[in-house]
Amino acid sequence: MSILVDKNTKVIVQGLTGRAGQFHAQQCVAYGTQIVGGVTPGKGGLSVDGIPVFDTVEAARIATGADASMVYVPAAFSADAVMEAAKAGIRLIICITEGIPVLDMVKVKRYLEGLNSDRGEIRLIGPNCPGIITPGQCKIGIMPGYIHQPGKIGIVSRSGTLTYEAVHQVTQLGLGQSTCVGIGGDPINGTSFVDTLALFEADEDTEAAIMIGEIGGTAEEEAADFVKREVSKPVVGFIAGQTAPKGKRMGHAGAIISGGKGTAAEKIEVLQAAGIAVAKSPAEMGQTLAGVL
Amino acid sequence: MNIHEYQAKEILASFGVAIPRGKVAKTPAEAEEIAVELDADLYVVKAQIHAGGRGKGGGVKLAKNPTEVKTHAEEILGMQLVTHQTGPEGKLVRKVLVAEASEIENELYLGMVIDRGTSRITLMASQEGGVDIEKVAAETPDKIIKQTVDPTVGLQDFQARQLAFGLNLSAELIRPTTKLISNLYQTFVACDCSLVEINPLAIVAGKEGSEIIALDSKINFDDNALYRQTKIEALRDEHEEDARELEAKASGLSYISLDGNIGCMVNGAGLAMSTMDVIKLHGGEPANFLDVGGSATTEAVAHAFRLILSDSKVEAVLVNIFGGIMKCDTIANGILEAVKQVNLNVPLVVRLEGTNVELGRQILSQSSLDLITADSLSDAAEKTVRAISA
Repeated sequence: MSILVDKNTKVIVQGLTGRAGQFHAQQCVAYGTQIVGGVTPGKGGLSVDGIPVFDTVEAARIATGADASMVYVPAAFSADAVMEAAKAGIRLIICITEGIPVLDMVKVKRYLEGLNSDRGEIRLIGPNCPGIITPGQCKIGIMPGYIHQPGKIGIVSRSGTLTYEAVHQVTQLGLGQSTCVGIGGDPINGTSFVDTLALFEADEDTEAAIMIGEIGGTAEEEAADFVKREVSKPVVGFIAGQTAPKGKRMGHAGAIISGGKGTAAEKIEVLQAAGIAVAKSPAEMGQTLAGVL
Repeated sequence: MNIHEYQAKEILASFGVAIPRGKVAKTPAEAEEIAVELDADLYVVKAQIHAGGRGKGGGVKLAKNPTEVKTHAEEILGMQLVTHQTGPEGKLVRKVLVAEASEIENELYLGMVIDRGTSRITLMASQEGGVDIEKVAAETPDKIIKQTVDPTVGLQDFQARQLAFGLNLSAELIRPTTKLISNLYQTFVACDCSLVEINPLAIVAGKEGSEIIALDSKINFDDNALYRQTKIEALRDEHEEDARELEAKASGLSYISLDGNIGCMVNGAGLAMSTMDVIKLHGGEPANFLDVGGSATTEAVAHAFRLILSDSKVEAVLVNIFGGIMKCDTIANGILEAVKQVNLNVPLVVRLEGTNVELGRQILSQSSLDLITADSLSDAAEKTVRAISA
C-alpha cells in the first residue's frame, strides 16, 4: 500500500514537448512510472521518446486510460491546463510549475470545488511543488528518484529541496518511504498537510510521518490541530525559516486573517503542543524520527 | 512589488476610488504650482519613499498656503529620511506628494487580502481605523467584519453594503461607501493585487457635507502576475530597491540581502531558509538568502556566484544544492564560469546532492578550484563557520 499513486497509476504529461517537460518525463519513465501520453495543443500525433502526444487532455485520457497528469506548462497557462485535466476526468493532477498568479489559483480552486460537488474526488497537488513519489512504484515529479527507498515513512512538505533532505536522511536510516508528497510553497495549493496526513493515517503501510513546513500562513497550525485530534501514528515536524527576517513575505492584512500567526517560533510551539516531535535543525529530521519510533 | 503612495493613489483614482485631491512634485516650484491649482484651506506635503513612519521622521508636513508648501518641499526634497523601516542610513527623498488636507471626522479601516484558508479574496472592515489594525485583530477580533468573495461571480453589491452598514455609517454615506468598496475590489482583481489596505478610510468634511475617501493606502502586487501587468511593472522605482536584489531578479534569481558574513547559494526557498537556520545554529551569520531556483542556466548560476562575491561583507561562501530540477553539473559549471571572471579569495564550501551529483562532483574535483567539500547540511555549515574563524 501507499497513498495516491502506485505501480498501476497511468500518467500523462501536459507540456511533454517542452525541454524541461521532456527531461523530467524521461526521468519518470526511467524510474518505472507508466507515462502513457503527453498533451501539447497543436502537436497531437507527434511522439516524444516513443510517448504519443495529444492535442487535448480529453483525447489523451480516452486513448490511454490515464488517471493522473503531471502539469509542466509555463505559469501563464498552468491554471488553464489544470482545469482542462480536471474537466477531462483526470483524478490526480500534479502541478509542478512555479510562478502561477495567485488569482489564477483562486479560480482553479473554485473550479475544482464545483466539479467535486458533482463528481467526487479530483485532487490537485501543488502548484510550485516537486510532485509525488511512491518509491519503487511511481514517480510523478522532478525529485531525484535514486535517493528514495520503499519503506514505511510518509513525508509531506511545502518545500521541494527540503523534502529531498528528509528523504535522504530517512533512506540513510534504512527506513525508507511509503509515499512522499510535495504540497508546494504557494499561498493557495490543492492539497494541504491535513489532507495528506489523513491519507497517511489511513494507510496500512505508513508507520509514521514527517511534515515539513515553512513560515507564513496557518497550514501547519491546522495540521497540528488535526494531528492532536485524529492521528494515532507518530509525526515528526520541521519548520523552515527560523532565522528569516520578518516582513519580507507577509503583508499586514495577511496577518489579520491568521490572527498574527506565521513565524517559525509560533509554529514550532503549536506543533510541539500537539505532540509532534520537532527537529531543531533540518539535518536532524532523520534522528528525530528515529527517536519517536 | 511595492510602489509609492502617489502611484497607489493614481491607480485607485483611475478605478473611481475617492482619494484626496493632490499631485506629485519633483521640485519646490512644482509643489507650489500644485498647491495654487488645488486652492485648498490646508495642504499636506508628504515625502515619497517606500517606507512607513514618514511623519515621525519629518517627512510629512502641513502647510497653510502655497508659499508654505514650497518651503516644506524645499526641506523635504533631497533629505535622507530615516524611519523605523529605512535603516539608519535613511532614504533619499526625490519626490513629494502635495495634497489637500481634509478635516477628518472619523477614521475607519478597509482591507482586502487573499485568504489562504478559504482560497478566496476576503474583505475586512473595522470602525477602528487609523491605528495598528493587527492589534485590533488580536485583541478585539469581533470589531473586524469580513466578507468572502466567490470568484465565479465576484464581489456582489449586497456584500459591499453589508460592510458599509457594518461600519455604522450615516445614511447618506452608505451609497458612496458601497461604491468605493466595489471599485476597490475591481482594482484588486484588475491589477493582480495581493493586498490592498485603506487605513484610514476617512470620513472628511466636504463642501456639501461628509465625504468618504481613501486617505492613506497600501497596495502590494502579486509578483507572479507582473508579466501581465506591464503598467504596474512600469511603476517600479529602482532607487528604492537593493541593487543586488534587482540584479538577481534580472537573472531570475531570488535574493535577499542580510547582515552576516557567510554568502549562501542554495536551490529552493525552503532549503535556502533552512541553510540560513543551520548556519546560525553553528554560530555563523548568513550574508544573504539566495534561491537559484530550478531552471537556472550555467550563466545564471555564474551570475549568482559573482553576486555573492560582490558583497564585501562576505568572508566565506557556502553552496548547498540538493538537485531536483536543478542539475548538480549546472551548478558546478556555473561556479567554474564565475571564478574565471572574478577572483575567489574567500573559502568556498560545497555540498552537492541529487540530480547528476556524480557529474557535478567530478567537474569540481577535476578543476583547479580550491574548495572544501561537505557531505551533509550540518557538515557544510560547520566547515564554513570554521573556515571563517581559522
